Amino acid sequence: MALATPGADVSAAAPKYETVIGLEVHAQLLTRSKMFCGCPTTFGARPNTQTCPVCLGMPGSLPVVNRRAVEFGIRTALAFGCRINDACRFARKHYYYPDMPKNYQISQYEEPLAENGALEIEAEGGTRTIGIQRLHLEEDVGKLLHEGTLETAQASLVDFNRSGVPLMETVSRPELRSPEEAATYLKAFRAVLIFLGVCDGNMEEGSLRCDANISIRPHGSTTLGTKVEIKNLNSFRNVQRALEFEERRQAQALDAGERIVQETRLWEADRGYTRSMRSKEFAHDYRYFPEPDLVPLQIDRRWVEEIKGSLPELPRAWRRRAVAQYGLPPYDAEVLTQSRALVDYYEAALHEWSPAAGAGAERPKILSNWIMSELLRVLPGDDERAIGASPIPPARLVGLLQLIENATISGKIAKDVFQKMFDTGDDARTIVERDGLTQVADEGALGQVIESVMAANPKAIEDYRRGKKEAKGALVGQVMKATRGKANPALVNRLLEDKLSQT
Amino acid sequence: MTHRPIHELTEAYRRGDLTPTAAAEDYLARIGALDGKIGAYLTVVRDQALAAARESEARWSAGSPRGPLDGAPIAVKDVLCTAGVRTTCGSKMLERFVPPYDATTVERLRAAGAVILGKTNLDEFAMGSSTEHSAYHPTRNPWDLTRVPGGSSGGSAAAVAGGLAAGAYGSDTGGSIRQPAAFCGVVGMKPTYGRVSRYGLVALASSLDQIGPFAQDVTDAAHLLAAVAGHDPLDATSIEAPVPDYAAELPKGVAGLTLGMPDEYFPDGMDPEVERAVRAAIDVLKGLGAKIERVSLPTTPHALAAYYVILPAEASSNLARYDGVKYGLRVAGRDLIDMESRTRSAGFGAEVKRRIMLGTYVLSAGYYDAYYGKAQSVRTLVRREFAAAFAKVDLIVAPTTPNVPFKHGEKQDPLSMYLNDVFTIPGNLSGIPGVSVPCGFSAAGLPIGLQVLGRPLDEARVLRAAYAYEQATSWRSRRPELT
Amino acid sequence: MIERKDVEHVARLTRLALSDAELERMREQLNSILAHLDTLRAVPTEGVEPTSHAVDVVNVMRDDTEGQCLSQADALANAPDPSGDLFRVPRIIEE
Repeated sequence: MALATPGADVSAAAPKYETVIGLEVHAQLLTRSKMFCGCPTTFGARPNTQTCPVCLGMPGSLPVVNRRAVEFGIRTALAFGCRINDACRFARKHYYYPDMPKNYQISQYEEPLAENGALEIEAEGGTRTIGIQRLHLEEDVGKLLHEGTLETAQASLVDFNRSGVPLMETVSRPELRSPEEAATYLKAFRAVLIFLGVCDGNMEEGSLRCDANISIRPHGSTTLGTKVEIKNLNSFRNVQRALEFEERRQAQALDAGERIVQETRLWEADRGYTRSMRSKEFAHDYRYFPEPDLVPLQIDRRWVEEIKGSLPELPRAWRRRAVAQYGLPPYDAEVLTQSRALVDYYEAALHEWSPAAGAGAERPKILSNWIMSELLRVLPGDDERAIGASPIPPARLVGLLQLIENATISGKIAKDVFQKMFDTGDDARTIVERDGLTQVADEGALGQVIESVMAANPKAIEDYRRGKKEAKGALVGQVMKATRGKANPALVNRLLEDKLSQT
Repeated sequence: MTHRPIHELTEAYRRGDLTPTAAAEDYLARIGALDGKIGAYLTVVRDQALAAARESEARWSAGSPRGPLDGAPIAVKDVLCTAGVRTTCGSKMLERFVPPYDATTVERLRAAGAVILGKTNLDEFAMGSSTEHSAYHPTRNPWDLTRVPGGSSGGSAAAVAGGLAAGAYGSDTGGSIRQPAAFCGVVGMKPTYGRVSRYGLVALASSLDQIGPFAQDVTDAAHLLAAVAGHDPLDATSIEAPVPDYAAELPKGVAGLTLGMPDEYFPDGMDPEVERAVRAAIDVLKGLGAKIERVSLPTTPHALAAYYVILPAEASSNLARYDGVKYGLRVAGRDLIDMESRTRSAGFGAEVKRRIMLGTYVLSAGYYDAYYGKAQSVRTLVRREFAAAFAKVDLIVAPTTPNVPFKHGEKQDPLSMYLNDVFTIPGNLSGIPGVSVPCGFSAAGLPIGLQVLGRPLDEARVLRAAYAYEQATSWRSRRPELT
Repeated sequence: MIERKDVEHVARLTRLALSDAELERMREQLNSILAHLDTLRAVPTEGVEPTSHAVDVVNVMRDDTEGQCLSQADALANAPDPSGDLFRVPRIIEE
């Protein structure tokens, strides 16, 4: 197995080859129960405690389709603009592997749930549309552990908790042109699934898995090269690295006059290369036939319309609108769309604060600043549950921002109040009143404090007169200290300015 | 008390002349004395049966029996999962397999208060027509112990015929209830596909399998069917239609019904004694007021071939799971593939291996359209022909089998064994209900069966015609002599 | 006509280890059965839809509710080689 020469860069060598990539993504659906039985789908349970005769493939067991899995499949298909087939069927896909209890997987073959959709991504040179060929439902397999490594183990161990969890498989058309594009596609794809609430997108836990097909061909050629399947890509970074390696490997092979073997290769992340899975004597003969234990699904158009009506605004569309309508910078929009819960949070807060369009033009940006710098400091933005259960719900955040807006407290004090709101669950007003944090804005009172500070700091006044502008800052600091931070800074500045210019 | 149908037993329970416990004890004693010769049972659950019998007795004493099967001593083919009781499917592969759950049918029987005596013998994984292919022992026909009881539900049929159970359940994929019922001189019924839940029935061919009763008479068959029929949310192919009161419909008779006699079910070369008995039975029905008409089902000669593509294909898929990983037999091997191959080779008998190979072949790349696709289209033709016939007639009457029970070891060639099912297979391909009812004996005293087939979900009419015939004759009073 | 290599291929696909004698007998028997099954070719089925489901029912689905699981003990009770919480199998060598 040859390592690609470091630095042998496909693109640098004035594109001799062009790359063609397709991605196959398997997403575990966020249903409560499995695809064909009532076992729970929760991750991390003790092995073999979430099984039943059906998902263990015991003799006499029979599958029954989970309606919500179909609903999630339809939702996803609609989000990608796919055509939902009028009728779809399940099929048996046969092969032997110990993580597959029946030694066939119930999947879909000739009549999948949906076909012909697309996903727009931002690529070098603008927006590209990547075709999605098909989307179908199937059941997941169990988990294999090896006593040692796969090569050295004398035995392996199987946990069937995962067997039967609903999987949604989507296959893109081979229209991705670079490893970077592939990673971008996967990120955008994942974001949509999270937004729809159909998958949690957790690649470390395996709820989102990706295989890639990659081939290269001489630049300008229209026939596809021999494709190689790459497996074991468990992060965006690994998708990109593995495909970059494979691009180089294939280019080197072709340069050396070798043929590319159609095969499946595993990405070894620790070692930085793909290696061939021991070559198979013959391609899998899956012996597909329609699953006789299940009846066909004839998708009711009204159901599809209902689901369509409940689709949320998807990330790209929301970002476009936020920039245009709210005047948010694209960066802010990007951060806010890392989860549907976060977008919902933002919208709820904005609606609470600024229900009338046009009122308070700076409010959208103030709100996004506060979410980005404060809320996301204490909560993970892509955690739907955490954001949804935030100790500071949108209305309360707005309550805090209103106190700043009407000068009850300063922005600096507000940050402390925010933390206290998070820690105690109390609302802003309660905390401000209880802790006596109301901003001092009484000119008379402040004027007295300023005079006593000035009296106590003759040198600073001296320095200021001599041109050291920063001395004023020191005086402001003293006033803030004397008022325990509660003085309205703008007012302090103005009053101090007045007094300094008087003497 | 043996050879009293269940409805007479329960009547005796009601009057207090007999208790369920005494009945169960009696059957268990008979099993002990005679099953060594017949070989109907693989597992007898004495303690469980007596416990169930005592519970039934308490209910009868209190005047609150659960229904017509409360206290009925019955047997269940060893292809239906029984929680805590080994379920072998007649195979070494599952010799020690103990299911942690009951089949829905078994659950319903327990709920009905039935007393399950044990699990009966079968051709391995329900593949066969003689119960010679069990991995454990063959079952013998109580009417002539040198002959087969039919199959694959031979154990259940022999148990009822031999007085080792008052009623029993089997499974029918290509005739595996009807053919042994005919061979053993008892009533056997295959309901409409989907009428009885398949959850817990170890699958042979998923699109053909159905569970059904063996009984001493049609009245019992009606009760045994009603107790287990009906929709099951655990079986996506089970039908939602309500279950009629089959027993109440029985006395309606056949006057005014039109019965079809299919040309293709009386072929040249069939056993003349069988033909004579069946034609005589049809004359009896005519005498009872039924109108007889000829019908033609031209695709019948091809039904066997279609079946022997579809069944092995589905069976090879259903049996893929037996690999020594999760349950069942494991034979050690140097690696996983070696272990799986050794296990499957040791665990399956020759007939099972043959059908698995055949099924895998017809599904494999390049052959699907020519075999499986073609066979399923021929199946559509068979269904359509029955539907067209039932537009003209209410029921179809025919022989159940082309032959009388043959001797053990007589049919070595697989193909000749498959021919036993020519008259029963089309009913499975079409999913229609069918019953076999005793209609006579050969000169040598071997039972012959009359088959009545009906429209989908028309079990009531099928049973009613069988009942009318049965009540006009007295075949059921003849019993095999067993000592 | 099935050849010996076809029989070997099918046996591998379905994980059956057959001896030479068994392979030969299997080849003969399968050929004889297939000859009979080939008679299906003569049946005219132009435009006849294959029956893929035995009941004329569609859209049977279940609600997404949790049901009863087996205890771990029951799940592992029939395992040929249970190992703690897991099913143990011999080493896997890629084909």
